[in-house]
Amino acid sequence: MSATVHIADVVKHYGKVEAVKGASFDLAEGEMVALIGHNGAGKTTLMKMMLGLIRPSRGTIAVLGENPAAGEFSARRRLGYLPENVAFDAALTGRETQAFYSRLKREPVKDALALLDVVGLGHAVKRRVDTYSKGMRQRLGLAQALIGRPRVLLLDEPTTGLDPELRQTFYDVIQKLAAEGTTVLLSSHALTELEERAGRVIIMNRGLKVADGTLDELRRIARLPTRIRIKVADLPPSGSPAWLPTATPYRRINGHIVEIDAAPDEKLDLLRRATADGSAVQDLELIPPSLDELYAHFLRQAERPQ
Amino acid sequence: MNALITIAAKEIQQAIRNRWVLAATLLLAGLALSLTFLGSAPTGTVGARALDVVIVSLSSLTIFLIPLIALLISHDAIVGDMERGTMLLLLSYPVARWQVLLGKFLGHLAVLAFATCLGYGAAAVALLITGSSFDGEGFAAFAAMIGSSVLLGAVFVAIGYLVSAVVRDRGTAAGLCIGLWLMLVLIYDMALLGLLVLDQGRNISGGVLSALLLLNPADAYRLFNLTGFANVSLFSGMAGLAASSTLSVQALLTALVLWTLVPLACATLAFSRREL
Ligand SMILES: Nc1ncnc2c1ncn2[C@@H]1O[C@H](COP(=O)(O)OP(=O)(O)OP(=O)(O)O)[C@@H](O)[C@H]1O
Ligand SMILES: [Mg+2]
Repeated sequence: MSATVHIADVVKHYGKVEAVKGASFDLAEGEMVALIGHNGAGKTTLMKMMLGLIRPSRGTIAVLGENPAAGEFSARRRLGYLPENVAFDAALTGRETQAFYSRLKREPVKDALALLDVVGLGHAVKRRVDTYSKGMRQRLGLAQALIGRPRVLLLDEPTTGLDPELRQTFYDVIQKLAAEGTTVLLSSHALTELEERAGRVIIMNRGLKVADGTLDELRRIARLPTRIRIKVADLPPSGSPAWLPTATPYRRINGHIVEIDAAPDEKLDLLRRATADGSAVQDLELIPPSLDELYAHFLRQAERPQ
Repeated sequence: MNALITIAAKEIQQAIRNRWVLAATLLLAGLALSLTFLGSAPTGTVGARALDVVIVSLSSLTIFLIPLIALLISHDAIVGDMERGTMLLLLSYPVARWQVLLGKFLGHLAVLAFATCLGYGAAAVALLITGSSFDGEGFAAFAAMIGSSVLLGAVFVAIGYLVSAVVRDRGTAAGLCIGLWLMLVLIYDMALLGLLVLDQGRNISGGVLSALLLLNPADAYRLFNLTGFANVSLFSGMAGLAASSTLSVQALLTALVLWTLVPLACATLAFSRREL
């Protein structure tokens, strides 16, 4: 797979503020990458640099083989962007706005207008954009980003303001695009939403990339405990179950569920013991560390003094 | 090329929606018509042709009004779009920044040209209806007046863009533009007049005076219209000045064109360096 976005040792200062202190990564075709990080971590700054809206103080960026900082822009025909606070010219209607953007990308206006139906704006296309609700504006923002089957999609907090139904549609649409080879980079604070969908996660902390990998890879690196819930039939009212090694911390839930945070290397051992003959395990649930927990872990680790 | 036209067309569409076109046209037509009718009353007795009177009074009106309208539409073309957030999205499209600026320029100029032609054209039509005769020279002078008015508009649109490309917020852009308008349209002439009176013709030669006049687009426009045509210049009382200044029509037009191109180029440069 060839890289559509290449970022090497990129640094961006705003006067004294170091918005991005160091980030290097490549994004490949067909990848769906979540860019997460606290407020002010540098996510938006990174995306703006990929678009050439701002120039990196150091480092190199290539998007679809072009250097955006040098003012090269023909690759932007194959690039879709949704800014975090998307704004449109108030006096135009939704349809006129979409037609305008499709002309700039030299794409057929008809196809672009069909996208308005995809994002569920079909009924409001003839209304002026300044009469739109926040979510409707966000939908229009998505529609324009999808014009011309982009090969790279940069979406800055795309789901804020979207209702649950359209959120689902949105993820369906971009997953389909990713399956067809589009690189999707999306920043978000809705980690639970991303967990099921993002193939890869990049975590930023104070302008530094602190983690990068698939969810499984991150779990392996983080070595966070897996939560094991075991439902036991005859749990003694007090005292720990016999199969539980002594001094293992555990919690009781509802009187008959035992919950244990198991480190990766003791997980299997614990499961073997619990299901061994003699114990009355009725049900068993394994909850791997969530993206929320992984995120918190990597931030803690980044903040720890070396 | 395509992007230029797309952007210009959107700018025109917006100006129509926002009633900019309507307001500017009505304003110019209203004032032009009232000047025509007010001006046509005494002309019979003085002996000047009604058309020349109208040209003189309309060009004096233009000097105040067109720069003001031009600055009003242009001062927030860049900084305003940045503040509203629409520029961010636009620049993520396959367009160069110079195309954005030039596209806007063409759109705004079209709006201004439309309003001027229609507004001042109404005055010409009114003259014809009231029975004034138009000879070829008079017609040429009138057409030149409209054309140069549009050119003056272009100058101030370009100046407005330069301001818009440089400042941080819309308020500053508006303030700076008002200041520039006062400076170029009112204060400069008064200062120049004061200077001439004080100097009594000792140090300031015709050449220096010409240069000083070319340094202000409003003066270049005024000279072009008041001295460019013999009839008009006799009537406007500028004949003396026209004789003492060595400026040809070509020089005046060149000055106006340069006053458009240089600020436009500077605005493009400032805009392409800007981060947003
Ligand atoms: N134009 C600017 N001038 C000065 N500092 C800026 C500018 N834009 C961003 N910054 C700073 O750069 C840092 C990174 O900002 P950025 O917008 O990239 O954060 P973010 O990760 O997108 O945050 P959020 O989750 O809130 O959107 C912040 O400290 C911010 O204050
Ligand atoms: Mg952001």
